[in-house]
Amino acid sequence: MSLFDLTIAGAGAALAKREISAVELTAAYNGAVAALNPRLNAYITTTPELALAQAKAADARIAAGEAGPLTGIPLAIKDLFCTAGVRTTAASKILEPFVPPYESTVSGKLLEAGAVMLGKANLDEFAMGSSNITSGYGAVENPWKREGSDAKLVPGGSSGGSAAAVAARMAMGATGTDTGGSIRQPASFTGLAGIKPTYGRCSRFGIIAFASSLDQAGPMARNVEDCAILLQAMAGFDTKDSTSAERVVPDFRAAAGKGVKGMRIGIPAEYRMDGMSAEISALWEQGITWLREQGAEIVDISLPHTKYGLPVYYIVAPAEASSNLARYDGVRFGARVDGEDLIDMYERTRAAGFGPEVKRRIMIGTYVLSAGYYDAYYLRAQKIRALILRDFTQAFGKVDAILTPTAPSAAFGLGEKMDDPVTMYLNDVFTVPASLAGVPAMSVPAGLSAEGLPLGLQVIGKHFDEESVFAVSAAIERAAGFSALPALRAK
Amino acid sequence: MGYMLEGSTGAWEIVCGLEVHAQVISESKLFSGASATYGGAPNAQVSFVDAGFPGMLPVINRECVAQAVRTGLGLKAQINLFSRFDRKNYFYADLPNGYQISQFAHPVVGTGDVEIELQDGTIKHIGITRLHLEQDAGKSMHDQHPSKSVIDLNRAGVALMEIVSEPDIRSPEEAGAYLRKIRQILRYLGTCDGNMEEGSMRADVNVSVRKPGEDFRTRCEIKNVNSVRFVMHAVEAEARRQIEVWESGEEVRQETRLYDPSRGETRSMRSKEDAHDYRYFPEPDLLPLVLEESWVEGLKAALPELPDEKRRRFCEEYGITFYDAGVLVAEQAIADFYESVAKGRDSRLAANWISGDFFAAMNRTGGSIENPPVSATDLGALIDLITDKTINGRIAKDVFEEMVETGKAPGAIVEEKGLRQVTDTGAIDAAVAAVLAANPDKVAEYKSGKDKLFGFFVGQVMKAMAGKGNPALVNEAVKAQLG
Repeated sequence: MSLFDLTIAGAGAALAKREISAVELTAAYNGAVAALNPRLNAYITTTPELALAQAKAADARIAAGEAGPLTGIPLAIKDLFCTAGVRTTAASKILEPFVPPYESTVSGKLLEAGAVMLGKANLDEFAMGSSNITSGYGAVENPWKREGSDAKLVPGGSSGGSAAAVAARMAMGATGTDTGGSIRQPASFTGLAGIKPTYGRCSRFGIIAFASSLDQAGPMARNVEDCAILLQAMAGFDTKDSTSAERVVPDFRAAAGKGVKGMRIGIPAEYRMDGMSAEISALWEQGITWLREQGAEIVDISLPHTKYGLPVYYIVAPAEASSNLARYDGVRFGARVDGEDLIDMYERTRAAGFGPEVKRRIMIGTYVLSAGYYDAYYLRAQKIRALILRDFTQAFGKVDAILTPTAPSAAFGLGEKMDDPVTMYLNDVFTVPASLAGVPAMSVPAGLSAEGLPLGLQVIGKHFDEESVFAVSAAIERAAGFSALPALRAK
Repeated sequence: MGYMLEGSTGAWEIVCGLEVHAQVISESKLFSGASATYGGAPNAQVSFVDAGFPGMLPVINRECVAQAVRTGLGLKAQINLFSRFDRKNYFYADLPNGYQISQFAHPVVGTGDVEIELQDGTIKHIGITRLHLEQDAGKSMHDQHPSKSVIDLNRAGVALMEIVSEPDIRSPEEAGAYLRKIRQILRYLGTCDGNMEEGSMRADVNVSVRKPGEDFRTRCEIKNVNSVRFVMHAVEAEARRQIEVWESGEEVRQETRLYDPSRGETRSMRSKEDAHDYRYFPEPDLLPLVLEESWVEGLKAALPELPDEKRRRFCEEYGITFYDAGVLVAEQAIADFYESVAKGRDSRLAANWISGDFFAAMNRTGGSIENPPVSATDLGALIDLITDKTINGRIAKDVFEEMVETGKAPGAIVEEKGLRQVTDTGAIDAAVAAVLAANPDKVAEYKSGKDKLFGFFVGQVMKAMAGKGNPALVNEAVKAQLG
């Protein structure tokens, strides 16, 4: 068995028993990154020396008997998390020279737990995208291939670099952020487990903001248990984020082992969309059967405002983004293009620094907040957002968790769905409602498409009930026995 | 009829409302832990939150909220237990985030009331529309470098209270009285130092004019006026400008203007069409601000006595005039000084001394109430010497000057210089007899009806006694001996 076959849980055990060393493990992963990153472009910045130093420290900690489950585990950190002394770009040219002097709370917690950072993972610019093609540092290639084809596929987005890195075994796990599906959709596209916890479960401090009321950090890993281990370390109240929740963090790993016997699982009628592929439909049915077989009760539910999810999301998220991105003005940090006067400098800096998708969303957001349009767009969107939340609250009166597909398709080709941004936005149709409601949701690999690409199912839970989400996801994982591996990976 | 301005078409009434921006006294800024004190080296008091760095988040400072609530209570205003922060979006180099966190739709304080007093003693009420919390911007300086502007972010993120009045103000005098009153209340509460020179308090002045009985006409806003006097001048100048515009057959356009104190006039800054679209929306980085009633009650219970109440109490408790009480409560520290002098003493005499010789000495020596020319203890001791008749009032003035000059206690000065007043009737009688004997002609004139000479005799006696004679006893003795 190669080091690359180890899960986080498995490696943790091997490290604890001193069967392997953290330095050995990290060196192997550094090697995988060096070998595969030029092809896949999963990392914007790699930090092999820092990783080795952290691995040495981890070995010392293990030797001293002070290790935790993440001590010595090499991870990819999405380049949206500020990392002290390590360049953080948000995949935008406007932050190309930016080296934060501070550490995000979530990445800081992982480092405190002894995790090793291999580098900063690529993403869609400012997390705006569903295919990782909007990155200012080049697209990320999905390590999976369609059967019999060498065509480059997208890894999904925005956490596409994180997804590709973990899938190709250039990291054991990764942090992602999810605003409308940015953890779940790429997890689905790359055969990984990934959870967006409840809004407020993880601190947003030090994470470069896209849409503040939706952004939430979460882990991506090869299986549900690894996600539970990672989230355990990432979660928790933070006085530096007023929207983080002052709540006890439960034992997620234990929850993943609980089973689903007696649980009620909701199947929302509105997610059976017109034109849904037979493959996705069949996978969903399969998931239902698996859960029923393990003793869950399947309940038909309705989330009547689902169809408004995407339009509401594409008003609220750009509105907040247009304001959040105003600080990238060339005055205090990041890139600057000098101009005739202040306004000219702003215009030149932002024109050169932002890519087209970011500009599009800033314009949409500025428009929907403008005098005369605010009521028709932003205010109405907020009202419908409240109705979407009510849909979930009512449904969770009847069920413990909800099962849906994660994405409407498997990974698509690089260059596909490029003509019309709206086609791209449709990728988020199943993931956006949980984001708007702030409830936890996880994608778990459940099968392969006819072309041999991974497909995920999504489990949605009640606010702060990640435990049920982990339990249901683990049940699907067990039943699915998903063991396929991507074509490109470290061996 | 109130204050009117005469135009060519008749009398015009001024309609004015003020938006006062008051910097909150607090250790740290509204949303960051950086120091909020004045006067640090440029950019020395800036956190990454204040500088709008990526990933930084605001966290509300509880003390700033408490200060806003105290101010609301001091303005007899409604405290809103639910309020919310919004983002006001605009680009400027000294606004690091590209938005200011403010309160737009749901301010922390609602309607209130402020009592002002005019020169003629009239009391008038000015309504408060609202008070909200917001963060200050940094400071741009354009005169430090030939081609560059420099920015100091020390002030960026400091908490401001914006106090908005109803358009109840009808004259420059009322505008000045209102602003002074707001400053007085804030200083009493300790929520703002009211220092307009340092910019910790400034006012936006909304002015329109109308014919008596009319509805409101279009108003103009004069931004950032930074003294009471300038506010009064700006109201007058702007009102006169608008009257001219209306009377020339034009329309006043709604716009933002600036007051130029050197020219005593306002000039256009930007028109309504150029006004920013601030794209307000709820600040998603902060939860709504929800206050507990009991917390507000606790703040209320701990409020200091405010000037209006103190003034009324001074009248009742110390038997001084409403006017004198007004002078003495102008500042909390003066009121405290007065009370420590007046307690257990002749409180009217104490009031006279403070508003008379004491203030005169303070002005003359450039002192302040915090650094007074004589201490409250010494002034009290001086008054004691007067009331127990150790010295008379005239000598007391000399002793007071000596106190100011040397800082010595009054008792010591009296002893040292032998200023104790003479109450020995034998000595007084002898002095009177000597004076009368020396002025037989004047005595004759007096006796033939020239009553005014009485004062002459008293003065001569006092002079002969080096001013130390007890004035009442001297009077009596002169009267008796003149028979």
